[in-house]
Amino acid sequence: MKKRTEYRTQGVLKRISGPVVTAVGLDAHMYDVVKIGHEELMGEVIKIQGEDIIIQVYEDTAGIRPGEPVENTGLSLAVELGPGLLTSIYDGIQRPLEVLVDKMGDFIERGVSAPGLSHEKKWEFVPTVGAGDVVEAGDILGTVQETNIVHKVMVPPNVKGGKIKKISGGSFTIDEIICTLEDGTEITMLQRWPVRVPRPTKEKLNPDIPLITGQRILDGLFPIAKGGTAAIPGPFGSGKTVTQQQLAKWSDSEIVVYIGCGERGNEMTEVLTEFPELEDPKTGKPLMERTVLIANTSNMPVAAREASVYTGITIAEYFRDMGYDVSLMADSTSRWAEAMREISSRLEEMPGEEGYPAYLAARLSEFYERAGRVVNLNGTEGSVSVIGAVSPPGGDFSEPVTQNTLRIVKVFWALDAKLSQRRHFPAINWLDSYSLYLDALDDWYDREVSPEWNPLRAWAMGVLQKEAELQEIVQLVGSDALPDEEQITIEVARMIREVFLQQNAYDPVDTYCSMSKQYDMMKAIRYYADLARAAQASGATPQQIVSVRSKNDLPQIKFIKDYEPALAKIQEEMAAEFDAMRAA
Amino acid sequence: MKEYRTITQIAGPLVFVEKTEPVGYSELVNIVTADGTVKRGQVLDTSDDVVVVQVFETTAGIGRDSGVRFTGETIKMPVGKDMLGRILSGGGQPIDGGPEIVPEKRLEITGAAINPYARGSPEDFIQTGISTIDGTNTLVRGQKLPIFSGSGLPHNDVALQIARQAKVPGSEEQFAVVFAAMGITREEANYFMADFEKTGALERSVVFLNLADDPAVERTITPRLALTTAEYLAFELGYHVLVILTDMTNYCEALRQIGAAREEVPGRRGYPGYMYTDLASIYERAGIIKGVKGSVTQIPILTMPGDDITHPIPDLTGYITEGQIVVNRELHRKGIYPPINVLPSLSRLMNLGIGEGHTREDHKKVSDQLYAAYAEGNDLRGLVAIVGKDALSERDRMFLEFADLFEDRFVRQGLYEDRSIEETLDLGWELLATLPEEQLVRIDRELIQKYHPNYRKKAQG
Repeated sequence: MKKRTEYRTQGVLKRISGPVVTAVGLDAHMYDVVKIGHEELMGEVIKIQGEDIIIQVYEDTAGIRPGEPVENTGLSLAVELGPGLLTSIYDGIQRPLEVLVDKMGDFIERGVSAPGLSHEKKWEFVPTVGAGDVVEAGDILGTVQETNIVHKVMVPPNVKGGKIKKISGGSFTIDEIICTLEDGTEITMLQRWPVRVPRPTKEKLNPDIPLITGQRILDGLFPIAKGGTAAIPGPFGSGKTVTQQQLAKWSDSEIVVYIGCGERGNEMTEVLTEFPELEDPKTGKPLMERTVLIANTSNMPVAAREASVYTGITIAEYFRDMGYDVSLMADSTSRWAEAMREISSRLEEMPGEEGYPAYLAARLSEFYERAGRVVNLNGTEGSVSVIGAVSPPGGDFSEPVTQNTLRIVKVFWALDAKLSQRRHFPAINWLDSYSLYLDALDDWYDREVSPEWNPLRAWAMGVLQKEAELQEIVQLVGSDALPDEEQITIEVARMIREVFLQQNAYDPVDTYCSMSKQYDMMKAIRYYADLARAAQASGATPQQIVSVRSKNDLPQIKFIKDYEPALAKIQEEMAAEFDAMRAA
Repeated sequence: MKEYRTITQIAGPLVFVEKTEPVGYSELVNIVTADGTVKRGQVLDTSDDVVVVQVFETTAGIGRDSGVRFTGETIKMPVGKDMLGRILSGGGQPIDGGPEIVPEKRLEITGAAINPYARGSPEDFIQTGISTIDGTNTLVRGQKLPIFSGSGLPHNDVALQIARQAKVPGSEEQFAVVFAAMGITREEANYFMADFEKTGALERSVVFLNLADDPAVERTITPRLALTTAEYLAFELGYHVLVILTDMTNYCEALRQIGAAREEVPGRRGYPGYMYTDLASIYERAGIIKGVKGSVTQIPILTMPGDDITHPIPDLTGYITEGQIVVNRELHRKGIYPPINVLPSLSRLMNLGIGEGHTREDHKKVSDQLYAAYAEGNDLRGLVAIVGKDALSERDRMFLEFADLFEDRFVRQGLYEDRSIEETLDLGWELLATLPEEQLVRIDRELIQKYHPNYRKKAQG
């Protein structure tokens, strides 16, 4: 038998071509993290070809020469999980950007490492189990008040568990031992988890609770379930980022992970300045306290952009394991796909469609499959909802990233440049969009909003659909040529669009619309439609019906916080105007 | 410095050198031809066997007998206080007959990314004096807002007007202008220079000129030299800098040329797959830094091939920049200057820089209402072509007339007409007043009663 040679962790660089480098003289496994050159830049093994180890580097490689040393750490790319994640802002490989400013100033230089969590800070740990209790992987050992969110400290999923020998409350850093098991296993508050591996769960549940976002077109017409997946594709300028940010602000999940993947620096700054000032409508606490941000802007290294999406979802899964509902926004998955394409082309791999690697579809589905509502190992229920923005080149939805995404996700919010050009926001096209969760969520709406809601939604969709058909005729012959009945349909559809669908993200009141307000608004439109039909049946002309003045006040309801009296008044006036019409 | 005579292959702008000592990636290279001319280049790929060098100038004269010297450092730009008022080549050498730049620093031209955490929020309204920008697509300090144009359209006039008129109301500071031309004609360059000299803008400007007959590869470093200079002026000397890059289409063509020479797998329409990342490394060099005085605001100009906004160059640009100003051929044909079509135009940072404390409280809603009304009127034009004006309802006719009025009064203005933001907003109200009040659904009643001309007249009389 051939003697096993020693595992070599040190090698040298052979070739450098942008973010992809080749090393020789060392042994490695796929996705091992390696340190490149004298400056010890961080990289990850992505291909092994005989003696050649091919590595993607997370930092700029300018000036690096062949012959410089390479060291294999033997670890895979992992994130640090524990108290201190919330309110943080990280780059794609979980380096805290705030710490980087202290270490190297306003610009991101290379070769600086920084741990994802503070190892000095002490947290107040309160045990919820005691010595003699038997715990298993994933079980909750105790809590830490991290922000206004309670951080649950768990047995890491890769620890077998057993009987607790000693557990103590008090002030600890994340490296100090809080719990010892009978078999000698020592547990700290810090877990390390490889980002490319999903964290284990017991079972997946059906998504039958909606994620309420306060956005009328989403909650009302195309809801996403907690643990569901949604895609927002749209050309530039159609409002992807604003929609993502609205979701991050107002969705009723307990934790939000926001990934700025290859996007604009100034936009991340906007999030950073706004979130600490905004309040969670439920708790009244700053939104930042429930948020983890990952910012790998478009000019930061492309390989770290590829990793940022995995870093984000691993953090999301960790909070899910505590029994929380987590929303993850990825803006934009197209930049992530482009990062894959860029690396793939440097590897000289055979390209698939439009130069994207052939494994694009597999990577996308693996990622979205990490969403879901689940029973955790510790028996709690949690969810990760994933909302991915897609930026199709030229706004063309037939391109590979959009198409491969649509095959996986259940909700499609189609952004439309035409709508945004006329400042119809959110510019989500109501005819192209869909939600496959509608049936699963019907019961919830019946129970929590009103049994009338589902029929009301179906009615509104019917009107909008009908309007689209009528518009084609109007384009040809003008609106006066339509029958009376259809002229009223056009007017009602216009009201649904302008009153219900349009929502101003920048208005302090309209930015969030509760489900009960949505219901009341839609009911008011329906009220007008019913009065209009009745009036028409008793001989009123469309001109009379359309010129009812009180309905023009309906849009104002959006901007009024305690809207009920105003809405009741408008409805009274409507009734009075129609009565007068009938009397005449 | 060691000189190698081991060139094995020359293809387009690329030179392959063998049997070298270890050479650093991105390192600056000097190639000495037989007649003693020195040509500059940069390492694109380095390994034990072969080093690939991209030459910034023409490869004419380079042969297997040429010598190759590796300088051991990446490309740096000498910068100093006395750069203002200077004209440099696309490669950074003075071409105005003046002395060499006295460098106070030599900076990496690739420029590190600003840490998103260190960025300040851009919120200072820049008044350009152009209604379609100030009123409906507001520019703020630290923004990157490109002009999407087409061949033969007056984008240069628009850029010059912005450079001439841009100011932050209430602040006396003038903008320093860094102007980088890539592949523009001598004639266009003269036009720019004449205007700079006439208005005295030159003394607060740094000009980089890579002309149409200069080497295409040099275009790939020109914007980086310009931005390195801009960052120095802004973040070290405290200037507010306006960077104008024209024409980015020529830059992208150069990128494609190099990609093809390297036999890379092409992306859409033959442009390299990394063009997004490459463009981002230029456009993202705009912004402000918390606690630092200056700012970099970018106005890149690009001509859309075939006026096609979905072409990869405008498309990728639009995904990186914070909006776009679209110059439109139809308006130009109607004789309207500046022919800015507000419908596809957008400023993403607008909301940060307008409203109370920045411009005026009614700004956002007036702008939204103008947009909505113009969009509606514009749609009706198609209908009129089919059914004639008479078939329109009265409401429709009003919107149709509004669209014409909007183009004629709000969009159209003089080349030297500098409208204040108050003038622009009041003009907007004047136009909106031609519509019945209940059609102004985007504006709340309070604002209507405060600013609508009908109420203002009442209040006054």
